[in-house]
Amino acid sequence: MRPVKLEQLLKSTSEWAQTEGPQNRIVLSSRVRLARNLRQYAFPGWAKKAERQRALETMRPVIEDLPEMAECFSELMDSIAVIDKQMLVERHLISREHAVKNVGSGVVINATGAISVMINEEDHLRMQAIQAGLQTKDVFKVIDRVDTELEERLEYAFSPRLGYLTACPTNVGTGMRASAMVHLPGIVLSEQINQIIQAVNKLGLAVRGLYGEGTEALGNVFQVSNQTTLGERESDIIERLNKVVLQIIEHEESARLTILEKKPKLIYDQIGRAYGILTNAHTVTSKEALNLLSLLRLGVDLELLPATIRAVVDELFIMAQPAHVQKFAARKLSAEERDILRADLIRGRLAGMPKPKIGVGPPPRDSQIE
Amino acid sequence: MLCDKCRKNEASVHLTQIVEGKTLKADLCKACAGESGVQDATGFSLADLLLGLGAADEIKTEGAGARCPTCGLTQTDFKRTGRLGCATCWETFAVGLATLLKAMHRGDHHIGKVPRRAAHTLVISEKLQQLSAELEKAVHAEKYEDAAVLRDQIRELEVKLRGGGDAQGVA
Ligand SMILES: [Zn+2]
Ligand SMILES: [Zn+2]
Repeated sequence: MRPVKLEQLLKSTSEWAQTEGPQNRIVLSSRVRLARNLRQYAFPGWAKKAERQRALETMRPVIEDLPEMAECFSELMDSIAVIDKQMLVERHLISREHAVKNVGSGVVINATGAISVMINEEDHLRMQAIQAGLQTKDVFKVIDRVDTELEERLEYAFSPRLGYLTACPTNVGTGMRASAMVHLPGIVLSEQINQIIQAVNKLGLAVRGLYGEGTEALGNVFQVSNQTTLGERESDIIERLNKVVLQIIEHEESARLTILEKKPKLIYDQIGRAYGILTNAHTVTSKEALNLLSLLRLGVDLELLPATIRAVVDELFIMAQPAHVQKFAARKLSAEERDILRADLIRGRLAGMPKPKIGVGPPPRDSQIE
Repeated sequence: MLCDKCRKNEASVHLTQIVEGKTLKADLCKACAGESGVQDATGFSLADLLLGLGAADEIKTEGAGARCPTCGLTQTDFKRTGRLGCATCWETFAVGLATLLKAMHRGDHHIGKVPRRAAHTLVISEKLQQLSAELEKAVHAEKYEDAAVLRDQIRELEVKLRGGGDAQGVA
């Protein structure tokens, strides 16, 4: 394998944030993660340090050897700076849980960031594939192949009755969590989000915030994922998720239309304010920035802002997060300094962006706005 | 009513979630509810929460002091962390886990992907069991020539099971 430095990996905003994908208006990315353990070692959370270390040394070279990892970033968690770990979390390349790991854990990420394997997270292996847009099936194919290659050389803890054995009973069976990251400003603005969450829960899927379990829904971004892993085939789980996500997309589109028809001023006001603040503010928290960027993205979707702005907004969505701002400054910043720098950064990138094209009534559907 | 989590404070937050027709319930005190993030309307999984609570009670059916022979994890450890220690734990705590899994998942057994290596091992183990039974019968019936042939076959398969020999050989 050809080693890739962290700086190279993080230089461009991740592939999934920049590439156009199907249903990209509402589905930001699709991700499938598989949990696997080795038969002969205790699970990472329970293993003694030496045993965890041996398991790491067994797995890491095998992962680096994968054809998918021909060019990859491979590092021990104790060799990655805290700020860099945080950046990897903000890019969804490692979990928040993995970011606090040190000796005895590692991570291997391919050059594009599309595939990443966490070693000794809660399970020995947590591998994920991620792509832009709604592509859960393709993403599953990618990670399924990686898993099949790994099983040739690693002996997994597997039971014919219970499937892949995991540290937590919630993951046993397929060990799979398939998720779609969806942007739902219309549903949030029309105050239907709690209903949607409950409806989705009833279908056996979970709705979580931007960074998964127990996190806030910043920027109107939610993760929809399967809740159960035992008693259902991988393909059926993914099919079920897809169906629900397509329904959510429909709801979101119709919520947007309804607001435009019934309360156009509400949406114009929100987008106008977001534009006003982001192009003029001199200090902005990441929470506020993400929420306002979400509204600009909505403005693009509604053709109130030029389509070219979408890529800028999506990039800022990542750049505005705390570790990214800190890294940009290349020195340790206080929270206040960070908010100032974030505002500067956003103003700079949005400079020259035209005002939202907002008429008196709702914009004609076949509008002349480019 | 006491809080399901700390079992100290009076429960004031009552949660119900219907997941695929199954009703999950939890009663928590203010502090524990806040800690579990369940007051945040962005959605949470009651199943995840219940796992930490009910798991230990389920496990008690194994008899107090159940301890995994491979990794040493006890039911108390499981109660504390909600996590198992190793692959053998799944056998050690099988009975209690079965109840837990039933409440948590769509089915009680795996019907998804099977690693090729495990599929291979499975076939050999089944074949071995069958041959051992035949061997026992042969010895019982004093058919020593048959028994010798069976013994050879068993030995061959055992070598394969340990990873030696031709992996394609058993179908
Ligand atoms: Zn409590
Ligand atoms: Zn164990």
